[in-house]
Amino acid sequence: MKTFKIGGVHPRENKLTAGCAITPAPLPQQVVVTLSQHIGAPAQCVVAKGDTVKVGTLLAQANGFVSANIHSPVSGVVTKIDTITDGTGYQKPAIFITAEGDVWEESIDRIETLITTCDLDAQAIIEKIDQMGIVGIGGATFPTKVKLMPPPNMKPEVLIINAVECEPYLTNDHALMLAKADEIIVGIEILMKAINVHHTYIGIEENKPDAIELLKQKTAHRNDIEVVRLQCRYPQGGEKQLIDAVIGRQVASGALPVSTGAIVQNVATAYAIYEAVQKNKPLIERVVTVTGKSLTRPGNYLARMGMPISQLIEAAGGLPDDTGKIVLGGPMMGKATANLDTPTGKGTSGILVIPDTEAHRQEPSPCIRCAKCVAACPMGLEPYLLSKLVAKSDLETAEDRRIYDCIECGCCSYSCPAHRPLLDYIRLGKGRVMAIMRARAAEKK
Amino acid sequence: MNIITISILSLAIIGAVAALILYIIAQRFKVEEDPRIDEVEKTLPGANCGGCGKAGCRNFAESCVKATSLEGMLCPVGGNKVMQQIATILGKEAHEAEARVAVVRCNGSCQHRPNTNIYEGAANCAIVHSLYAGSTGCAYGCLGCGDCVSVCSLGAISINPETHLPEVDIDICGGCGACSRACPRNIIEVRKKGAKGRGVYVSCVNKDKGGVARKACEVACIGCGKCAKECKFDAITIANNLSYIDSDKCKMCRKCVDVCPTGAILAVNFPPKKVVETHTPQSTEQPLQVDNN
Repeated sequence: MKTFKIGGVHPRENKLTAGCAITPAPLPQQVVVTLSQHIGAPAQCVVAKGDTVKVGTLLAQANGFVSANIHSPVSGVVTKIDTITDGTGYQKPAIFITAEGDVWEESIDRIETLITTCDLDAQAIIEKIDQMGIVGIGGATFPTKVKLMPPPNMKPEVLIINAVECEPYLTNDHALMLAKADEIIVGIEILMKAINVHHTYIGIEENKPDAIELLKQKTAHRNDIEVVRLQCRYPQGGEKQLIDAVIGRQVASGALPVSTGAIVQNVATAYAIYEAVQKNKPLIERVVTVTGKSLTRPGNYLARMGMPISQLIEAAGGLPDDTGKIVLGGPMMGKATANLDTPTGKGTSGILVIPDTEAHRQEPSPCIRCAKCVAACPMGLEPYLLSKLVAKSDLETAEDRRIYDCIECGCCSYSCPAHRPLLDYIRLGKGRVMAIMRARAAEKK
Repeated sequence: MNIITISILSLAIIGAVAALILYIIAQRFKVEEDPRIDEVEKTLPGANCGGCGKAGCRNFAESCVKATSLEGMLCPVGGNKVMQQIATILGKEAHEAEARVAVVRCNGSCQHRPNTNIYEGAANCAIVHSLYAGSTGCAYGCLGCGDCVSVCSLGAISINPETHLPEVDIDICGGCGACSRACPRNIIEVRKKGAKGRGVYVSCVNKDKGGVARKACEVACIGCGKCAKECKFDAITIANNLSYIDSDKCKMCRKCVDVCPTGAILAVNFPPKKVVETHTPQSTEQPLQVDNN
């Protein structure tokens, strides 16, 4: 069975909510829409205090090329434009809306019928995706239109749909595939048209046999979309790892993934693109896996963006008494938060409530040079060395050792028998090295 | 001849020839260096802190020898005493520079600023800062992992185990600013060192609005502006909900300390205040009389 060639780990899957159908979460009374729900420049607010908005009204406009539009997830009144303490504890600019009823913009088609034909040309599709504020909702929240417009010297040959969902616990993509397979396939067709490729691979890990079966059945009559069954291995959902796993090509250090001829899009993004292009629906809601061993009703909830995570935890049965940590995203790459008022955003794929018994890090002990981290690193780096170099502030050597190639998957910290905080240091050093590299590039110009 | 004699002889000849070659080359490529550079370097403390703005003590010594005047050159660790010695060696005029000292502008001890969560990752301020706001409600305050401590080559700064805040030993600190550069939150400032190490400063860098700042920490500056109104010397400015005292303008009258509602302004190394202000001989006698009665 196919998988990527270098490194990787296989943490316990713990997919507690596999097979749970998508349940609509209750409508929030108040939402807080932050202006930076994507990678890149924060969007520019275009509404004012007191404005009445409908579901889908443009709230903030993309500010630059790498940025995305943000639309209202509820109908109601803008109560204030202020800052909110986000999941990290820092203040971020946000728009506060008090919900009144559920009135949608007239342009949005809310009828559930499947529309398969799309008359738009490539340019118009990309424009629509841009307008509807679609970003990669697998987790990186990179504006999709940027990915669909590769540099002119790089010609995409294939589209790879990322339906791997290699993070333990998360099942939102799985649930979406089971519920919206037809829509996803139309979304894929639209994507193929937008980037002018004629072949698509859908990469799915073997722990989702029902999704593999369903999508194989739906695409059986055609030969331009192929479902690829992949061995379970983390971080297979990483763009570079997925390209390697599916078409066997490696992305060179420092190069764009599209240089291999493949463009990767998440399966949930494909569905969002279907809704944006065929139904005129902006990215205002998404499936969020709310899970944890002590939750009474863990599940996959269809939630409007901007509702506080406490409401979703409430919908899943309330915060258990033994909670030790709450993580936004999966357990490997997600970020812990101490703030239950954190609003969900475009990138919130999951809310993981970890019981106290499993929440704590173990005391680090000295490195024993076992090189388990080297074996686990999917980018072929030497994490033990990089973390040491960063701790000693030797950024020059760290750059020579390609610290900037790190994808921050956390396999090194996961595999370390001495429980050393390897990724903590590498992430810090990567940021510093990349800042030096950017400054150097700017100087050259 | 036996083998041992041959070995000794041949090695001795090789050694002599190599020594001769090395000597000739050393003479030919000899670098003439001002001997005063070594002398100046010997007087410097050798902390290699970079506080003077040069790449280490040797580099500073070279620039001292090269410079026409010593004005603007200061070894912050050695201070005026060392600069005076250097001036004597070089036969140049010494310039008095004011002493400077590092000041930690955060007073949010565990008691004033309760923890809201527990951090278990790597104990490094820069890492915590890049991850999140920290284990308290204040997103500006000290993280207490001691990045400043590890960069101080003089050992002048240490974390107080009770408050978990760094403390500067003003007798050792030379004001080089290494800790200030290491602090990811820009809490440590190098300020003018007053007579006997006295100083008045706002011990807070929180830029949040008053309510938010106060909720996170009892001793936060809320930017109310009372201190600025009280100050007669225009030394205090309020920007971004935060007060700042200019150490060059401050006359250390300490009026601002008295009016600050949260106690964010600290006056350090002053003798303890008397209960009754004693300015005239008359008033000094007054309490005495009261005591006698």
